[in-house]
Amino acid sequence: MASAISGNNLLRGIMVVLAMIPSVFAATGPQPTADHSKFKALQGPFESPEQVTEACLRCHTEAAEQIRASTHWTWVYQHPKTGQELGKRNVINSFCGMPITNEARCTSCHVGYGWEDMKQPPPTEDSAVDCLVCHDTTGDYWKFPTLAGFPTDIPREWPKGSGTMVQPPDLANVAQHVGASSRANCGSCHFYGGGADGVKHGDLDSSLVNPPRSLDVHMSPDGLDFACSDCHTTWGHQVTGSRYQMQARDTLGIDVPGHTDGTRASCASCHGTEPHKYQKLNDHVDSLACQSCHIPEFARGGVPTKVWWDWSTAGRLGEDGEPLTEYDEQGNVSYLSIKGNFRYRENQVPEYAWFNGTVEYSLPGEKLDVEHPPVLLNRVDGSPDDPESRIWPFKVMAGKQPYDTQLHTLLVTHVFGDDDTSLWSNFNWDKALQAGSDLSGMPYSGHYDFIETRMYWPISHMVPPAEQALRCSSCHSADSRMAGLGGIYVPGYSGSVWLNRIGWLIVAATLLGVVLHGIARMIFKGRKRP
Amino acid sequence: MSHVMIYKRFERFWHWSQALLIFGLLITGFEIHGSYSLLGFGQAVKLHTLGAWALIILWIFAIFWHITTGEWRQYIPTREGLFAVIHYYLIGTFTGASHPYRKTTKAKHNPLQRLAYLFFKLVISPVIWASGLAYLFYHDWPEVLSQALDLQTVALVHTGAAFAMLVFVIGHVYMTTMGPTLTSLIRPMITGYEDLDEEAPEASRKKGTGA
Repeated sequence: MASAISGNNLLRGIMVVLAMIPSVFAATGPQPTADHSKFKALQGPFESPEQVTEACLRCHTEAAEQIRASTHWTWVYQHPKTGQELGKRNVINSFCGMPITNEARCTSCHVGYGWEDMKQPPPTEDSAVDCLVCHDTTGDYWKFPTLAGFPTDIPREWPKGSGTMVQPPDLANVAQHVGASSRANCGSCHFYGGGADGVKHGDLDSSLVNPPRSLDVHMSPDGLDFACSDCHTTWGHQVTGSRYQMQARDTLGIDVPGHTDGTRASCASCHGTEPHKYQKLNDHVDSLACQSCHIPEFARGGVPTKVWWDWSTAGRLGEDGEPLTEYDEQGNVSYLSIKGNFRYRENQVPEYAWFNGTVEYSLPGEKLDVEHPPVLLNRVDGSPDDPESRIWPFKVMAGKQPYDTQLHTLLVTHVFGDDDTSLWSNFNWDKALQAGSDLSGMPYSGHYDFIETRMYWPISHMVPPAEQALRCSSCHSADSRMAGLGGIYVPGYSGSVWLNRIGWLIVAATLLGVVLHGIARMIFKGRKRP
Repeated sequence: MSHVMIYKRFERFWHWSQALLIFGLLITGFEIHGSYSLLGFGQAVKLHTLGAWALIILWIFAIFWHITTGEWRQYIPTREGLFAVIHYYLIGTFTGASHPYRKTTKAKHNPLQRLAYLFFKLVISPVIWASGLAYLFYHDWPEVLSQALDLQTVALVHTGAAFAMLVFVIGHVYMTTMGPTLTSLIRPMITGYEDLDEEAPEASRKKGTGA
């Protein structure tokens, strides 16, 4: 035990020293051994992005197969604990619903080209793998939002009606400037989930491309300048640290290569399990995720995140029959005819829940408890008695979504598509839901209504420097962040009302007793015999 | 009447540093309990922990002192004269009666004092310490303990004992004003000397072993 502690201290000492000279590491970064601009195969010209992929694969012979084995490609995740088949292909969320029947829009974030039909698996050709979205370093490569993963090959207007033209990327130049994935690469999809910047996660948005230290001490160029993969350790294109099965408590501590699980996707991977100087703080590690104190608020980078999305109001048009856009006081979009009503938050305080890393989803087809809304689109497992569980921070997304009033199931909405049935073309729910069912093959009785839903999103990014962590009194006070969370005694918040009442009553009675006794003594003083 | 050293130097040091620590521990303790916000929870915990350790060390010395000097005998309870003292505080003090107890250096606490201090030393303090140490080290409890006990129980016992301590302090402080003058009982606790109706110190020392 003693040697383990001193070993940890030594490692911590080394890391403190390393942390003091971040600029040396940040300035150098990964040093490639190849200059891709010198490669004949990458000189171009390239007619299509698939041709670039073919050129890549001439040297990186195994890359396509590796990608096709990843969740980034399959959008399917077999949950080892719950047995549920998850992944973007299967789950429904409280933002845009499901990709199925909305492919060309949603698959713009597939790490490939041309996945037009979600009922089928993704394309099988090696050349359908998109190398550039993750490895472009120029910033010029952009998967156009409506082209099933392709960048545009002609100048195209985006956003629709804005007059802004998106130019096709110079594929040869991009191909010659590939490199390790940066925050901007991962962020090109993960920062824009839910349809726009910052909408979905709350702790992932474009402010993390170049964050100040106060926003994210690890990712900031003024801090450690981490890429996502510095924590989400990646081997053979398999990225660790998936939200579908999280490690709510990392008992392995500091990850020494060859000795542990090979992932740094937990705070303890670098900081160990006793990271604080003050032992009482280390005592908290058992029951609190690091994130609970070290991410005091999310959406702190100036990009608001969506916390309410009411689909039931979608479809209302202006007097001229044109779709509407309305704004709230902060200038955020509060209503869109295609999407309904929204509410946004910045600097949002998370909600807290016991969490053991396992999330169960309400999958389409699963019967909902419609008598007791809001219905949960996902449930985080965990309890105070479960040694795997800790208290984690969450963004709770709320809203209203269509459901089948007879089958009591969530419904697929056909929102996107140049046809007569999609919601965004016709603003007609009956058609959009019927088409959603017809095209996806999921049952629909023909009767729908909207039901309030909730969805839990674990918060793990936007870690500021330690001095910005929560104060003790954020939880240890009457106004505790742990309020309502059962199974834990929080000094300063918890306590027995009756003990307090009885205790203070006795104290008050004693005080009253001595005061009365004292007054009586003064009154009777004169009577004292000499 | 003789001018004698009734509270020895260590005894006074022990008493007043204990008093200071207990006031500090009460103030920080009830802040940790959530009764008010003064220093901030983190600072209160730090000071409370520091104060607790200081008090424990002080007590180790005090226990050693009590044993080696035989002063522990001052706290042996007696029923003899107890009701006379209670009667004095309830009635006699108003009717002008004089205190029924005659203190000596060998028996400087009246029967009621003995009971109160013994209760303080054998009940309140041990309960506060045991619960406090369990509270402080709850994270390191052995398996057997954590299966039998939870933090909430320990915290409630500790808080209950703190209320008892507060009541003791209020009563104790008030009682110190009940001498012939407001401060006549407090002065000896500072200077050590008091005028007592007793035999010369030499004489009492000779027959002291029989107590």
